[in-house]
Amino acid sequence: MAKTRVPAVEGMFTMDPDDPHLIGAKIAGRDSYFFPCHLAGGDPGVAGPAQLEEVELSSRGTVWSYTTSDYPPPPPFVVNTDPYQPITVAAVQLHTEKMVILGQVVEGYGPDDLHVGQEMKLALDVLYEDDDNEYMVWKWRPTDPIESELR
Amino acid sequence: MDEIAILGVGMHPWGKWGRNFVEYGTHAAHEALADAGVDWNDVGFVSGAITVRCGYPGYVSGSTFARALGFNGSQVSSSYAACASGATALQVARGQILSGACDVAIVVGADTTPKGFLAPNAGDRPDDMDWLRFHLVGATNPVYFGLHARRRMDLYGATTDDFAMVKVKNSRHSVHNERARFTKEYGLDDVRNSPVVSNPLRLLDICATSDGGAAIVVSSMDYAKAHGHSDPVRVAGISTVTPTYPDTMIDLPYLATDSGAGTPEPEVGFKESIGHSAYAEAGLGPDDVDVAEVYDLSSALELDWYEQLGFCASGDAEKLLRDGVTTIGGRLPVNPSGGLGAFGEAVPAQALAQVCELTWQLRGEAGARQVEGARVGVTANQGLFGHGSSVVVRR
Repeated sequence: MAKTRVPAVEGMFTMDPDDPHLIGAKIAGRDSYFFPCHLAGGDPGVAGPAQLEEVELSSRGTVWSYTTSDYPPPPPFVVNTDPYQPITVAAVQLHTEKMVILGQVVEGYGPDDLHVGQEMKLALDVLYEDDDNEYMVWKWRPTDPIESELR
Repeated sequence: MDEIAILGVGMHPWGKWGRNFVEYGTHAAHEALADAGVDWNDVGFVSGAITVRCGYPGYVSGSTFARALGFNGSQVSSSYAACASGATALQVARGQILSGACDVAIVVGADTTPKGFLAPNAGDRPDDMDWLRFHLVGATNPVYFGLHARRRMDLYGATTDDFAMVKVKNSRHSVHNERARFTKEYGLDDVRNSPVVSNPLRLLDICATSDGGAAIVVSSMDYAKAHGHSDPVRVAGISTVTPTYPDTMIDLPYLATDSGAGTPEPEVGFKESIGHSAYAEAGLGPDDVDVAEVYDLSSALELDWYEQLGFCASGDAEKLLRDGVTTIGGRLPVNPSGGLGAFGEAVPAQALAQVCELTWQLRGEAGARQVEGARVGVTANQGLFGHGSSVVVRR
């Protein structure tokens, strides 16, 4: 029986497998965005309590930088492979919101496949699993050259 | 801003001693009091830097150290600001002195650290950014260090050997520092052959969390003069600024930066603003600096600080390193103590240890690692949650 796909943490991203989005906070009437929504910061240009709206953030951006974790991170990270396979992490600046978002890079890409300024798109992928569920998270995926040309 | 005098400094050597942090802090405090020639009963304010890894006594560190020294009825306070905790505790003490609430204060920080990655508190805690970054991304501290290092390579053409040379340089300094955790001189091959932790950084590029303790006795300038300190090293500026919105540089422990879409980014970025603010208080600038202690959480981050403290333009740090400018004997030695990579890192004590080292340097008491003729020194430091600090000292 197929496992149930559930978000690793509720409310931080949409679960559309083909076009997932991070769920951020936006200050009403301003281009001020925060992620995640439930830990939004403030904008000192707003007097008094800000009106926060929940919004789906754009899903494309360019690589600000990238790295790896060659050793398994400690809990609460869940090591999903035995032996541990080093993960690749990218910091990507969203085109629209001009904010940098961290995320793992999907399997198959290492630091040699990435460079600052490279185009990336948000993906939905398995973070870890147990007997019943697959716990999902956002990751970054390089857009292939053809897809970039079509933009 | 008025200056205060550094009357005495003290330290328990950095290492992996596995003992109670209170022992390190008390050792350092006694050494600082003796160095200052100040009787403990004359100290009117105890300013503790907090450790979050040693239970309740660590949260009330000011009181813990005061009791260990023998409660003397002084005022007390404890400060936590991640890696900047020591500087924050120093700033609190300065405020007490300059307001006239006390004449002499002691600032103490100490830590006992576990082996391996620093990790968040246990439990299922999605409301804690520090928990989320480990759980959802596996973003350890070295992951953030790796991001900054890799960006230097892609933007400025830095090489992994440049990063390794920072470690080599700093280990040549710490060989002459009996309080350092590592007193072995490392070569390029040692770094090259150490395992990759977060590409492009290897194990020997990354700071080693350690046990240690540091203490500083500070006073008003009037008290210093009246007690025979005619030309003390002085604290001329302290900065513990927060970032200015929008801060678009990704850093610990966040999953996202602020957004630069609606509000223009500030002219001076966060890390640059840390030094700027301390220079401004001191009425000094980068050209006045003779020696610096900067926070090399990774070797590559030391290079970032050269630029962020105004020692060179963006992208020129590697040249400064390669030309030997930042080695002892060069024009502007950086991390004569050995820095975090070779001296070691004991979080709440580290910003104080930086000031201790500069005090010895400005007094001409640094022995074989002495920076000749040093009159002005600057520290820089940065930690989690928008904390950072810089202290300018002068003679």
